[in-house]
This record gives sequence, C-alpha cells and structure tokens, in this order.
Amino acid sequence: MSEDIKKLEDIASQVRRDIVRMVHACQSGHPGGSLGCTEFFVALYFSVMERKPGFDMDGIGEDIFFLSNGHISPVFYSTLARAGYFDASELNTFRKINSRLQGHPTTHEGLPGVRIASGSLGQGLSVSIGAARAKKLNNDPHLVYTLMGDGEQQEGQIWEAAMYAPHNKIDNLIATIDYNGQQIDGATEDVLSLGNLRAKWEAFGWDVLEMNGNDMAEVLDVLAAAKSRTGKGKPVLILMKTEMGNGVDFMMGSHKWHGVAPNDEQLAVALSQLEETLGDY
Amino acid sequence: MKKYTYTDKKDTRSGFGAGLLEVGRKNEHVVALCADLVGSLKMNDFIKEFPQRFFQVGIAEANMMGIAAGLTIGGKIPYTGTFANFSTGRVYDQIRQSIAYSGKNVKICASHAGLTLGEDGATHQILEDIGMMKMLPGMTVINPCDYNQTKAATIAIADHDGPVYLRFGRPVVPIFTDPDQQFKIGKAWMVNEGSDVSIFATGHLVWEAIQAGEQLAEMGIDAEIINIHTIKPLDEEAILRSATKTRCVVTAEEHNRLGGLGDSVAQVLAKNNPTPQEYVAVNDSFGESGTPAQLMEKYGLNAANIVSAVQRVMKRRQEQ
Repeated sequence: MSEDIKKLEDIASQVRRDIVRMVHACQSGHPGGSLGCTEFFVALYFSVMERKPGFDMDGIGEDIFFLSNGHISPVFYSTLARAGYFDASELNTFRKINSRLQGHPTTHEGLPGVRIASGSLGQGLSVSIGAARAKKLNNDPHLVYTLMGDGEQQEGQIWEAAMYAPHNKIDNLIATIDYNGQQIDGATEDVLSLGNLRAKWEAFGWDVLEMNGNDMAEVLDVLAAAKSRTGKGKPVLILMKTEMGNGVDFMMGSHKWHGVAPNDEQLAVALSQLEETLGDY
Repeated sequence: MKKYTYTDKKDTRSGFGAGLLEVGRKNEHVVALCADLVGSLKMNDFIKEFPQRFFQVGIAEANMMGIAAGLTIGGKIPYTGTFANFSTGRVYDQIRQSIAYSGKNVKICASHAGLTLGEDGATHQILEDIGMMKMLPGMTVINPCDYNQTKAATIAIADHDGPVYLRFGRPVVPIFTDPDQQFKIGKAWMVNEGSDVSIFATGHLVWEAIQAGEQLAEMGIDAEIINIHTIKPLDEEAILRSATKTRCVVTAEEHNRLGGLGDSVAQVLAKNNPTPQEYVAVNDSFGESGTPAQLMEKYGLNAANIVSAVQRVMKRRQEQ
C-alpha cells in the first residue's frame, strides 16, 4: 500500500469514528450511507479536488462539490471539519439546537463548505449543472462534483437533469451515484427497482464509469479516470458500489442502519473497530 | 380624482421582455432561462443579443429552478421564465429548498398569472401563487400593474440581492404609469390621494381601481388609491397612514381571497389599527375558460366590483 493511500485510509477511519459518535450523541441521523461513502468523501477532499484555502460561496478558481442526498450529512460534516472548513469540535453540535450542523446540510446557518441546502431529494444534480454552466461562463476551468443516492434515482427531477446535461455538453461535471442498493423501506430492488442504471445513464448520453467505493485505491484511480474524461463534450457519471454501514461489522449489508443511531454498547463496539488516527473531537 | 389617460396598451409580459433586454445590457451577470415558452415570455430580444447567456431548459421546470440556483454560485443573476402556475405550484419544493432556504439570488419571473390568461382555463390560471411565494422566508413578491412598471421592476430586481417572485400577465392592458419611473421594491405608489376610502390594488386591478375611483368621484366619494406592487415586503407604513385617515379599506387583486394581498393588508390592520375591510378577489375557487373580460366580470374582479365593495365598507364604517 502506498503511503498516500495509507494516509487517506487513516483519515477515513477518523471520519467513520466521527460519524458514529455524532449520530450517537444526538441519537438520530443517518450512519449507514455516511459510512458507505467515507472513502469517496476523503478521496475527494484530501486528494482529488483542487481547493482554495478558506471558503467563499462562488467557488471561482476551485473545484466544488454538491451533496444531493443530504441525509448523509455526518460524513459531509466530518470531512469538511477534518479538511479545515471549521473546527472539528463543532461536530459535537450536530442536530442539536442552535447548531450550524443541521440534520440536513444548509447554507442558511452559514456553515463553511456548504453551497446549497439538500435533504428533499433529487435536486442536487440540477444545481450542479447550473454551477457547471456558471464556471463555463466565467472561463473557470475547474470542475463540479456531485453525489446522489441510488434510491434518489426514483425522483423525476434527476431524469430532467440527466436529459439536459448531455444535450448541452456539460462536460465539466462529474456526478456520482452511491449504489448501495438500500433505501429506508428496504432494498431498492424491492421498493422500486432501478433496473440497469448503467444502461439508463448511457442511453441518456452520459460517459459512465464504475467503481468499488469502499476501496480507496480504486476510488482514487476511477476519480482520476473520470477527471481525464471531462472536457470531451459529455458529462461523466460514476456508479459507485458501496456497502451501507461499511467499516462497522454489525451495520454492514442491511438497510436497517439507514437512519438509526447506535446505543452506548453499540457505539463502543463500533469504535473498537475504528482506529482513532487524528484525535477525536 | 387625478386623471389617468393612456395612448397605448400592451401586455405586462412585454414589459418583462423589454426590461430583461435592458437589464441584460446593464448587468453582464444577468442570465436567463426558459422552460419552452420563449415566445410567450417575450424573451426573444434577450436571446438574440445574448445567446451565450440564455439557457433553454425544455419542459422541465424543476430542473430549471435547480440550474438557476446553481448559476448563482459563480455570481450569475438568473431570471427564470415560464407561466406563473409552472413557476410556483409545480416547483414549490425546488424553490423552497434550492432557492429560498439556500438564499440564492434567483429572479422567478412568472407570466400568465391569474384569470386573465383566459381561454386555456383553470389548469393554467393560478390564483394561489402570491400566497405560496409570500410564505417563503426571504422571498420578495412583486406584482406590477402595467407595461412600464413591469419593465422598471424587471430592471430593478437585479440590484436586489436575494430571491424575487415577479408576477405579470398575458392580456393587453392600458399603459398609464411613467415610462421613466424608478421602481422601488417595497415602496407603495400613491395613485390618487383621497379621504373617504382606501383602495389597495395590485397588478391588473390597479387600472380597475382607477376606473372605480372615477365612478366613485361622480358619486361624490373621494377614494384614495394605492398601488401595492410589492406584496412582500409590504409597505406597512403607507397602508396604516391611509387606513388611519379613511378608516375603511378595500383590497383588490387577481388572486384567491385566501393568502393574497388582502390577507397581508388585513394582518397589518388587525395588529396595528383594526379597520373594516372588503376583499375584491376570487372567492376561493378555480377559474375556467373564457375571455379575460368575461372572467373578470364573472369572478367579481372589475371596476364595478370595486365600487360596490367601497359602498359596503363605507356602510360598515358608518355602523361602527
């Protein structure tokens, strides 16, 4: 394992600790999808994206990211804090009264790193397309990244956006789907089958890649490949296979931990499986 | 009664089209989006002059609102264009989350509002949009009265940092306001000073109120007419000053009685100076097909209805 990958995996371990501690502390929130997307967030913020120091809303001259499936806010908040957007001690306020860390992300409380509110599903891809268009108008060569859920693919607005982006050659956008096959009420196959997502997105005109989102080396490779495929007249989509609850054995492989907080005992078991690498907040 | 005459009639949506072109020339950050209604929204001149700053979204209004929100990130000032129904009810959640709650500088420009859309009927005649939009925290709601005022408002909203709902319409109506007016968001316009009754009107009903004022003058009633072009933020000072003077109020709007201008005025009066008030508005119903004039008559929104509302409210004041 290269030194870079080891460093990113260490950060991911800490982010996972943050996620379970945050959700435990307020006894609510969404640990499952957050744990499944940890490698993706860490790779994006600590390796892939070109970011300017500090935070300004317009994000001109840097890569920017939008979270469309806002319920996985724990992994977003932990990553932003660990990347320096705000102090990690603020993670302790998650979902509590008077906090900037609302249950679902918002710009409303002025939390650095967040550029749009999300939570009501299906809206983030459209916002990302708008931001990508603004970058083109500003002659800003940087990229726009976005993450959606797979259950979220059931929202109609996604497919309005899916149709728009290839028609308009939005090729400075890399959209990713967290393809864990689970949603609140059960497996996506049982609730409302997604069918062949790859074929659907390709049929809409997207350049589609696939990756295992819980393998840091592969995440880095495929994100690099995705980046190399921008600027070629097509928007890029990554189907990211992940395991809900990844990193905590009893949370893996089930939709049960989509939106449930661990109790004291479960927290202790989870933390015993996740090394403290950067220091708990 | 101050005399208002007109030499020309135009639709307010054409005022929007002219304003969009002018503000596009003044402000390079202004961009426009449309959901397959370019001709209806009179956006062609803007598109011709600024093809790179126009985005045709197709029949996908939810996506249009999201793209508009995204365009603000990077400093653009997006103007979205479609019918009022598709600008509000169809995309309420997108506006609520991606624009209003996110505090994005999007100008939601809505044509064909209200009954005067005419023959297309109730599916397209939204009468609830002012209510929906004014309930969103941080949203500015503007409903200008003629071509000139719509043009001026279209230009002015670019300088306001925050989301705006700009409502206008389809029918050709008299142009009676100053072509060189400065549009001030939230500042009501005194159409006629009077002492017997206050008529607070918005949109197409302002011209009806002026006609009502002339009829009332012949009956010896001196009506104060105020154009409330901005429903939110409401010019509470102007409303209270007038209501304190006349002690009876009529509100007039092309909107449902529930949730529109009338309710906003009633809230101000109830809190500060309870005053008898009559509503000229649609009585909690949907519209139907017909000519604009037929519909305004059938649903009680023309000058004659304002006159009878004035008579009712003056009687109520007397009985108090």
